[in-house]
This record gives sequence, structure tokens and C-alpha cells, in this order.
Amino acid sequence: MRRTCAALLATSALMSPALAEMLPVEKDELKFGFIKLTDMAPLAIAYERGYFFDEGLFVTLEAQANWKVLLDGVISGQLDGAHMLAGQPLAATIGYGTQAHIVTPFSMDLNGNGITVSNEIWEQMKPNIPKMEDGRPQHPISASALKPIVDEYNASGRPFNMGMVFPVSTHNYELRYWLAAGGIHPGFYSPEDVSGQINAEAFLSVTPPPQMPATLEAGTIYGYCVGEPWNQQAVFKGIGVPVITDYQIWKNNPEKVFGLTAAFVEENPNTTLAITKALIRAAIWLDENDNANRPEAVEILSRPNYVGADYDVIANSMTGFFEFEKGDRRDIPDFNVFFRYNATYPFYSDAVWYLTQMRRWGQISEAKPDSWYDEVARMVYKPEIYLEAARLLVDEGLADEADFPWDSDGYKAPTPAEDIIDGIAYDGKQPNAYLESLTIGLKGAQKVVGSEIQG
Amino acid sequence: MTTVDPDFAAKEAKQARRERLFTRINKADAWLKVLGLGWITTMVKAAAGDNPKAQMKDIWQLFCVPILAIVLFLTAWGTLAPKVQTSLGAVPGPAQVWEQAVALHEDAQAKAESARVFEERVEQRNQRLIDAGRADEVKDIAYTGAPSYYDQIWTSIQTVFFGFLVATVVAVPLGISAGLSVTANAALNPIIQIFKPVSPLAWLPIVTMVVSAVYTTNDGLFEKSFLVSAITVTLCSLWPTLINTALGVSSIDKDLVNVSKVLKMNTYTKITKLVLPSALPLIFTGLRLSLGVGWMVLIAAEMLAQNPGLGKFVWDEFQNGSSDSLARIMVAVLTIGIIGFLLDRLMFTIQSLFTFTNNR
Repeated sequence: MRRTCAALLATSALMSPALAEMLPVEKDELKFGFIKLTDMAPLAIAYERGYFFDEGLFVTLEAQANWKVLLDGVISGQLDGAHMLAGQPLAATIGYGTQAHIVTPFSMDLNGNGITVSNEIWEQMKPNIPKMEDGRPQHPISASALKPIVDEYNASGRPFNMGMVFPVSTHNYELRYWLAAGGIHPGFYSPEDVSGQINAEAFLSVTPPPQMPATLEAGTIYGYCVGEPWNQQAVFKGIGVPVITDYQIWKNNPEKVFGLTAAFVEENPNTTLAITKALIRAAIWLDENDNANRPEAVEILSRPNYVGADYDVIANSMTGFFEFEKGDRRDIPDFNVFFRYNATYPFYSDAVWYLTQMRRWGQISEAKPDSWYDEVARMVYKPEIYLEAARLLVDEGLADEADFPWDSDGYKAPTPAEDIIDGIAYDGKQPNAYLESLTIGLKGAQKVVGSEIQG
Repeated sequence: MTTVDPDFAAKEAKQARRERLFTRINKADAWLKVLGLGWITTMVKAAAGDNPKAQMKDIWQLFCVPILAIVLFLTAWGTLAPKVQTSLGAVPGPAQVWEQAVALHEDAQAKAESARVFEERVEQRNQRLIDAGRADEVKDIAYTGAPSYYDQIWTSIQTVFFGFLVATVVAVPLGISAGLSVTANAALNPIIQIFKPVSPLAWLPIVTMVVSAVYTTNDGLFEKSFLVSAITVTLCSLWPTLINTALGVSSIDKDLVNVSKVLKMNTYTKITKLVLPSALPLIFTGLRLSLGVGWMVLIAAEMLAQNPGLGKFVWDEFQNGSSDSLARIMVAVLTIGIIGFLLDRLMFTIQSLFTFTNNR
């Protein structure tokens, strides 16, 4: 009896995250930044469930005021890494806005954003939206329902202002995508004019995510595109109505990434692996057993030092449904995907999509060959680190071999036309052909000069 | 004639005790007044049986009126607040704010508990490393979780004192030289006039950039964010001390200055024996103003730069937008007010210590 006990103890000591397998990390005290959004969940979970600790990492998580402060923190080394907009490492690496080589071994999630308009605009939009049999508006709602209102604003000389969170944010591109698909021009960027409002019908400006509801309430903007919980917050506060989620704009679109400087990754290869391992474990936990752990995750996120919004507000999008108009709850089980569908694998094709949008709206002012898109994607996205971390986890019995795309060439299968709101398929291997197929936006060798499109 | 009143000695002793008691009360009074607790004296006096009628008026004015005012304020707050509807719900009344104060205290206790668990785990890890023969990797790691409300208060207080001390070290010598020499005054005056009205929020970006550029060591003595907040406080709390010191020094009695000339004092003796003692009351007035300004500036700087402290707490809660946020922000507002008051009292006490005897 005593012997079996001893044997049990020995095995359980081995079962518990074994110290012997801990990578010899170069730097063990780390500080990561995040923005108060539900998609920072992998960081909070990796901390709270001790996954960082298991890897021998002592991590401090710190909320940042806005995306610019966060990016500057990573570049200056004040932060070792951060929850980032996928566009940020790409833009920084190609020198748009700021110049710094930032890389990502880990994609944080799929979907998770929405577009909200103020109550007043919603009332004006409603007549333009076909109804379902039960009287509720039919989804997905196209921006063409908004078009007459924007036209009216323009005709009477009032600017139609909308908010997004950063010039190279997913939200900027998603809002532009939705507007353009509905025939509303969101305006171009040019090297001389970085406001992004050249020839615009709807004027987009930057507001930090948590301030979106307050800015909408103040009447500065009539609508915005932001991550959760700031769309649901508008519903709870009764100040706005989400009209569409990014899941409906593009099914399972890539979202945030975890960004580190290339210098950090080079100097601390084991630390980078250890971080990636902890984050993959957190992502697995978040999606395990059909989102069974989500309520617990929501409780953690609702703590003031993480997202801090009320439990019910966060729970709405995290536990499988989304509330549009007050009371109009609809099931969207994949609203926030953290691990399924290879959500955490940093696909080159995701990077290429962001680059095509930068080109489409003039942030990349000159035409680039298809090979350039691939090169930049490979400079920034590091699936090789991801797979190495995944291999270690599989060997430790902490992850399932079948969950990872071992043989991927880094490109997702092309997204079929029916998964995107305007019915235009996306193939990451042919960025220029994709740009040609989009209706509004720069194509071929076109350039924005002053307020003219040349070429 | 030897008839002795049997009670005489006892009466005498009682009278003496009474006298001593009142002397003591009066002595304590000076201190209590410094601490803003003057009303205690009157109550003690009344309790000791000193002309209750005269004391009643004092008690009424020093104790009852303030209490009544506070009660009135709380009632007005309690009745008016729920009538203002915001998108986060009604503005919280005193009861909800108290509730959140308690919640914050409980939260701090929970955090202390998780810090303890953290330390335990670090210890276990270190033990296992030692067992595995990797003793060189053993490390003591500070708790990496979120700071509690008390931690935030403590951070803010440390920051304000650090910034204030630096400001004092810079401002007092500069002020003395400006007060002593017309040339120095002429040189400093335009700079003071221009920089004095600059808002802390204008300094902040410059300070942030300069600190990031200059202070590049990652494992230095101070956190960068701490330095940024503290230097911003310094830049804004410099001026009251500087101006008051200069004023205090330049308005020394001319006779004293003449005496110093007669005695052929050197500059150092002149400053320490003559200038400082007579300028002290005004220097302290400047310091009190400086600390007050510094405290106000610090909260704003922390809010804007997201540096740890009470300001960050307020901003984080504003961003959270949870249903408790408004009440929590109000707890912070009251805390900031109370600490500001205590800081002022502290400076006043120190001032009284230095200037009790030589009130000129």
C-alpha cells in the first residue's frame, strides 16, 4: 500500500508541469501590454491559470491607454511584448507610421469585432432593411442601408463621422470593407495626407477602444467599429445598436496577434518559445469542450485589472450569442474563436490580407508585386516558432497532435466568395488579382496625388 | 490659630491638579490646532469643568457646525445623485460609494492572499531548482499581479514626495540666490514667469520622451513610469517654493543685513545664521503650496500617462465602464482629497515645528 502511494506520488510529480522540461529561458521577468478588449483573454488566462509560471516566466500584464502607446512601449522595450492589432507589426516593419521590425509567432483569435451605429442613425437605417417573418431585421445588414443617410449628410454639407481604433487596425479595414461593399467611400490615404479622408463620404477617425461608447454618446461620431465588449456595452447603455459583426463581414477573419520586436526574439529564442507555449495552452483552454470554460474566462476578464466591464456585457459575445438591438439576441457561436480552425497559427495569408487593405486604401502608396506581399508576410509572421512550441506541447502531452497544421505552407485555403459579405473570394497567394476584384480602392499602379487618383 | 481647615490641603492639591491639567490641555491645544483638531481641546476643557457656557460656544462652532455641514452635504448628495441618470446608471450616492470602498478593501485583501500564494509558488520553484541541482537559477521574484488599491495610493504618495523633494532641492538654493542677488533675480525672473503657468499635461509628453531617451537601463533603480510622473511633479511644484523663497530672502530686515556686514560674515554663515531662519516661514509657505500643486499634478499625470498610482486607477475605472465604476472613481476622488488634506497638514506641522520659537 505504502509502495503504491509512493509510486502515485512519483507519477503525479511527473504529471504536474515538470520543471525538468522547463526551457532555459534567457529572460524570465517580462512585462506585456494589452488593451481592454475581450480578445486579450489568452494573456489573462495564461497568467491566471499559471501557464506562464509553468514555463518559468514571471509575467506582469499592464493595460495600455491606446494602441499607439502600446506599440511605442514595445518598440522602446518598456514592454517585452503585447496584444497587438495584426496591422501593427506589418505596418511598423514596412515603415508605415513608425519604423521597427516587429514579429509575431502567435495569432490571438478569429473574429470578435462589430460595427455599431447610434440610436438615431439606426432609426433612419431601419426602413431600408428587409425584415424577417418575425419582424426582426434581416442579417447581415449591408452598408447600402446606411448609404442614403450618408448621402443626405453629404448633400447638406455635414460630415458623417465614424470611429475606428487605429489607422492600421483591423477595425479600420473592416469598417472600410463594410462601407465600400455597401457603396460608401471611406476615403484614401496618401503619403502627404495621412488622415485617410481623401474623397471620403464617411469620415473615419481614431478613438481608443474603451472610449468608443462615450464618444458615440457625446455625438462626436455616429458609428464605430471596435472589438468586444465595447459593442455590447453600447447595447447595455442604450446608446447604440450593433448592425453587423465581423463574422458576418468575413467568416473567421484573423484578428489580433501577439507582437514582439525581432531583436527580442533573436536575443531570447527560448523565452519566445516559452511565451508561445503558454499562450497556445491558454487558447486551447478557452475553446476546450465547446467553450465550456468560457464563463470562468468571462469572470476573469471582468476583473478591473483586465477588461473590467460588467460580467453580463462580456458574457454576451464570449458565450455564443450577440445582442443586436436590445432584446434581439442571436446565436453566433463562433463570435470569438481562440483555438478552433487553427485560430492561433500565424498564417501568411492573414498578413497578406492586411497588406492588401493597406494598398487598397493608399497606406501603401505604390503598387507592389505579389512576391513582395509574401516577403513581408514572412518577415513578420513566424509560424516556425509557433510549430516548434506546439511540438513541445504535444511531446509534453499538453496538446493534441491533430490540432496543428504541421504541413501547411503558411497559406490558408482561399476564402470562398460566400464567406465574405460582398461575395468576393480571397486568395492570399494572389494579392494583386484580389485587389483588382474589389470595387472601391486602388488597383494596379494607381496612386493618390492630392485628391486625384492617377494611373 | 493653628486651626487648620481639614479640607484645605486637599483643596489646595485639587486646585493645583486642576491648574496642571489646564496647562497640559493648553499645551496639547497648540498641537491639536496644528492637526486641525482644535475642537478636541474645547471638549476636554468642558469635560474638565471649565466654565461650560464659554466652552459650549466653541464646541458649537468648532465641532457641531462642521458635523452638521457634513451631514447636510451627505444628505444633499444622497438625494440629488440618484436623480442624475448616466449611461452607467444613476450617479452613486454615499451608500454605494461606501460599499465600493469596502469592496476595494476586500479586493486588496484578496490580492494580498494571491500575492502570498505567488510567493509560495516561487519558493516551491526555487526549492525544486535547488533539489535539481540548479541552485544558481534560484531567484526572488516580486509579485507580478495587479496592484491593490492601497498599493496604488502608496505608489502615488511615494511619487509625489520624490518629485517634491527634487523640486525643493532645486528651488530653495535658486530662490536664495535670486533673493540675495539682484542679478540672479533678473536672470531667473523671465524664466519663472514663462514656465510657471505651464500645465503639467504639456510637460508630460516632453518628459516622457526625454526620460525614455536618457534613462535606457532596464534594471535601474527606478521604473521609467515612476520617473516620468515624479519629474512632471517636480517641474510643476518648483515654482511656488522658488518664488516664496526669493521673496522671503529679499525681505530680510535691513538691520540684520547691516549687522552681518559689520560682523564680516562670510556667505555661508550669512545664509545659515541669518537668511534661512528669517526666510523660513515664507519658504515653508512655498513648500506647502508646492506639495499641494504637486499632488494635483501627479493625479493628472498618472491619468494621462497611465503610470501606476491613483490617477491610473481612476482612468482604468473610467475605461472599464462597469456598473461599479462611478462609485469606485468617487472613492478615489475622496481618497485623493483626504490625502491632499493630510499632506497639507503634514507640511503645516513641520512648519510649526521649525517656526514655533522664532515667529518673526
